[in-house]
Amino acid sequence: MRDTSFDQLDDLYQEVILDHYRNPRNRGEIPSPHVSARGFNPYCGDEVILALNLDDGRRVDAVAFSGQGCSISQASASILTELVKGKSLAETRRLSQLLRSLIHGDELTDEELDLMGEMEALRGVRRFPIRVKCALLAWATLDDGIEEYEGGQ
Amino acid sequence: MTLDVEKIRRDFPILSKLVYGKPLVYLDNAATSQKPRQVIQALVDYYEGYNANVHRGVHALSMESTERYEEARRKVAGFIGAPSPENLIFVRNTTEGINLAASSWGAANIGPGDEILVTEMEHHSNLVPWQRLAKAKGARMRFIPVTEEGTLDLSDLDTLLNHRTKLVAMTHMSNVLGAINPVKDIGAKAHAVGARILIDAAQSVPHMPVNVQDLDCDFLAFSSHKMLGPTGIGGLYVRSETLEKMEPFLTGGEMVLEVTYDYATWNDLPMRFEAGTPNIAGSIGLGAAVDYLESLGMEQVHRRERELTAYALDTLKELSEEFNFYGPTDLNARGAIVSFNSPDIHPHDLGTMLDQGGIAIRAGHHCAMPLIRDRLGVAATARASFYIYNTKDEVDLLKAALKDALRYFSKTLAPK
Repeated sequence: MRDTSFDQLDDLYQEVILDHYRNPRNRGEIPSPHVSARGFNPYCGDEVILALNLDDGRRVDAVAFSGQGCSISQASASILTELVKGKSLAETRRLSQLLRSLIHGDELTDEELDLMGEMEALRGVRRFPIRVKCALLAWATLDDGIEEYEGGQ
Repeated sequence: MTLDVEKIRRDFPILSKLVYGKPLVYLDNAATSQKPRQVIQALVDYYEGYNANVHRGVHALSMESTERYEEARRKVAGFIGAPSPENLIFVRNTTEGINLAASSWGAANIGPGDEILVTEMEHHSNLVPWQRLAKAKGARMRFIPVTEEGTLDLSDLDTLLNHRTKLVAMTHMSNVLGAINPVKDIGAKAHAVGARILIDAAQSVPHMPVNVQDLDCDFLAFSSHKMLGPTGIGGLYVRSETLEKMEPFLTGGEMVLEVTYDYATWNDLPMRFEAGTPNIAGSIGLGAAVDYLESLGMEQVHRRERELTAYALDTLKELSEEFNFYGPTDLNARGAIVSFNSPDIHPHDLGTMLDQGGIAIRAGHHCAMPLIRDRLGVAATARASFYIYNTKDEVDLLKAALKDALRYFSKTLAPK
């Protein structure tokens, strides 16, 4: 018998990821939110629904997510909700780009890593190309929601 | 006589591959099968020895490729019990076969108020073409429901089938549940109300004896790549009297007899439905796959897989507290597919973990979203599917890996 070694997986399933998966933050809904979007990965059925409210200065005031899917997609959504609180729409867009850079393997500055906070735990996804879509689903959904919101302004 | 699995395994070069340093355990056969060297060699022989276009050259190579291409058609038609090679149209895959039937036959024969009856366990390929046709024509889709156990609920069949039913389109074997459906009985009832029957045989033709005359079906579609053959080729069987009346699907070269600037006349069957240069190598490769399966005997293949499925269900039963298993328990009504799900590990995570052990399974909705979401009530399942080269040892490895994965996830996910 072989042993199924999961050493390689500790990079993917970091403590932070599994904690967010098991204890998701800001899970729920917001009635008539300013920004809302649903993301769906047709390949695996992962789903993330995001809702944001903005304050007078157009900063994220309240945020919630719902949906279902694997640990990576749901943890990524949970981390997102914590990160974007208090941010302007431009700042959230930057975070989304930073995640893509991280997964792409780009060199990031200390300041950028600082901004990313717990999102850095998604770095391990890079070695599992098929799971990159899972990690990006919530952020791509947010980008879509913001684009639609700004288009309607 | 039983199959010599060790000998069979030696015919499949990929089975000696290491994945992350571990021998490959390939349990994703419902998605696509592996290929024996006899099939691979047939492709090499074609490209190295007689590559030429078919049906139009007077030179030696073209005559040889034409002869081999039509020989493949005879083999494949014979394999599914078609009365004549003319009943077999080469298509890209099951999906294209069904689309051909929907476009050529469906568009001409289904109208406003007509009904198309399908089952709730269809693959998207046998659902979406009919949805689109029904919308375009003002026809109505109706569904044979699926029971809790994962078989068809036929209690209302006599109401579902009525004089408005023009077509029953159903899968022979579910790619999610493994359920083998009584297509012959349903087909007889469909014919009794004047409807035609189309069988999606993508999962049955590779794994059990299938005879279109015995099933008495009007259309039957299948794919080469799930039955040891190359990708990009498959077959659509159409009953003669239906085929003769059907308008072409695609038009252009090869499917015409005479062309002027103003009009064209159609070629004989089945070329009328094969516009453009066909997948010559693929067809010949499929013919080689049919030779391989026939050398084993489809009865033997089916028996061997039933034995392996029985072993798998029995072995995995030990995990029935952690996993839900889907599909019929009656081994006579199911093929070598086992779908399962755990509330503790998402199938996607499970797939990644098993992959680390060199075990290839499928995780997702298996192109049957309505069945998975609305009937099984989950977003995705994990699926192990077997073929002639799989072994009981591999089933044991699957069970051990599932246990390891559960342990890993429960350790790392222990509530704080």
